[in-house]
Amino acid sequence: MSGKPKLHYFNGRGRMESIRWLLAAAGVEFEECFLETKDDLKKLQKDGSLLFQQVPMVEIDGMKMVQTRAISNYIATKYNLYGKDLKERALIDMYVEGVIDLNELLITYAFQPADKKEQHFATIVDKATNRYFPVYEKVLKEHGQDFLVGNRFSRADVQLLETLLMAEECKPDILAKFPLLQSFKARISNIPTIKKFLQPGSQRKPPIQEKDVPKVMKIFY
Amino acid sequence: DGVLMFQQVPLVEIDGMKMVQTRAILRYIAGKYNLYGKDLKERALIDMYVEGITDLMQMILMFPFSAPEVKEKNIDSIKEKATNRYFPVFEKALKQHGQDFLVGNKFSWADVQLIEAILAVEEKIPAVLSGFPQLQAFKTRMSNMPTIKKFLQPGSPRKPPPDERYIETVLKIFKK
Repeated sequence: MSGKPKLHYFNGRGRMESIRWLLAAAGVEFEECFLETKDDLKKLQKDGSLLFQQVPMVEIDGMKMVQTRAISNYIATKYNLYGKDLKERALIDMYVEGVIDLNELLITYAFQPADKKEQHFATIVDKATNRYFPVYEKVLKEHGQDFLVGNRFSRADVQLLETLLMAEECKPDILAKFPLLQSFKARISNIPTIKKFLQPGSQRKPPIQEKDVPKVMKIFY
Repeated sequence: DGVLMFQQVPLVEIDGMKMVQTRAILRYIAGKYNLYGKDLKERALIDMYVEGITDLMQMILMFPFSAPEVKEKNIDSIKEKATNRYFPVFEKALKQHGQDFLVGNKFSWADVQLIEAILAVEEKIPAVLSGFPQLQAFKTRMSNMPTIKKFLQPGSPRKPPPDERYIETVLKIFKK
């Protein structure tokens, strides 16, 4: 019954990528079922697999889970990446929600109309360097530990690394003013499960290319 | 003065923390006050329900700030999503298990979130529950729970629907 978790999404990052990161960080093998066309999505909707008619959907432990945060919360708790108590969880949640907000800007960049792209890019850089990165730089500076929360690897570390790398794809020198984030990036990237995920051939997805945007839009709109 | 982690509100000072990020705050409160299910699987279901409802509430939240010319379209959108995507899920859940509460036969965050959403949508679309008998009964049941009943009475900290003054204030505070 259990088997490996099975991810249903299109063959790209989108809202599923954070879940892939988390599973990979936890060392959990997973299968993927890719939506190629709108009909693929309709089929899932028709057979009642999607609680709110939307993907991501992950089949895990006998459940068909939807809603990115619900799925991530479940995985993080199951694999002990969610802190040791309620207060650590609160801190992890705050950090993760901040990262998600920045992630949202990064994910939606490729889908912006041409005349909005430049401004969107400027917003990403502004928010990353003025609102979000300073918070995590300060956290690392203040406690001097390897991980963001509780001196222990957690989902907050995974999701921050994911976002740092995506931000660098957007602007390669974006971490220039954040030495501790740079060393954090190196450190977390070297954790064996993460290192493996960062290698070619893993299930990590590349950034979406311009030419693929219309295809994705057609599946969802 | 460094109090807002990401320069944003909501901010809730609770148990020695200055908590930001709505979901982080809600999850902490739900966890602390036993409104988050009895185990991981119940929590998963509560999370799914809450996140779905949050998506619907997001439309309500943004509505006052939409341009006048799209307001009617937005109401239609809210009505469409409420009646075709979200309410059917909860109507079905209640029908299938026949229990008073959405998850685990026990009052949880999911119930609170749903009653809030139902009331908010009804303010815009008064007959929205007409096809949903289970939700109508749910609404009555939840409204009669002592703590909720108290919150629904005048003089409670519950805030009224957004009006012109609300919109003005928000724009003034958050505009660059």
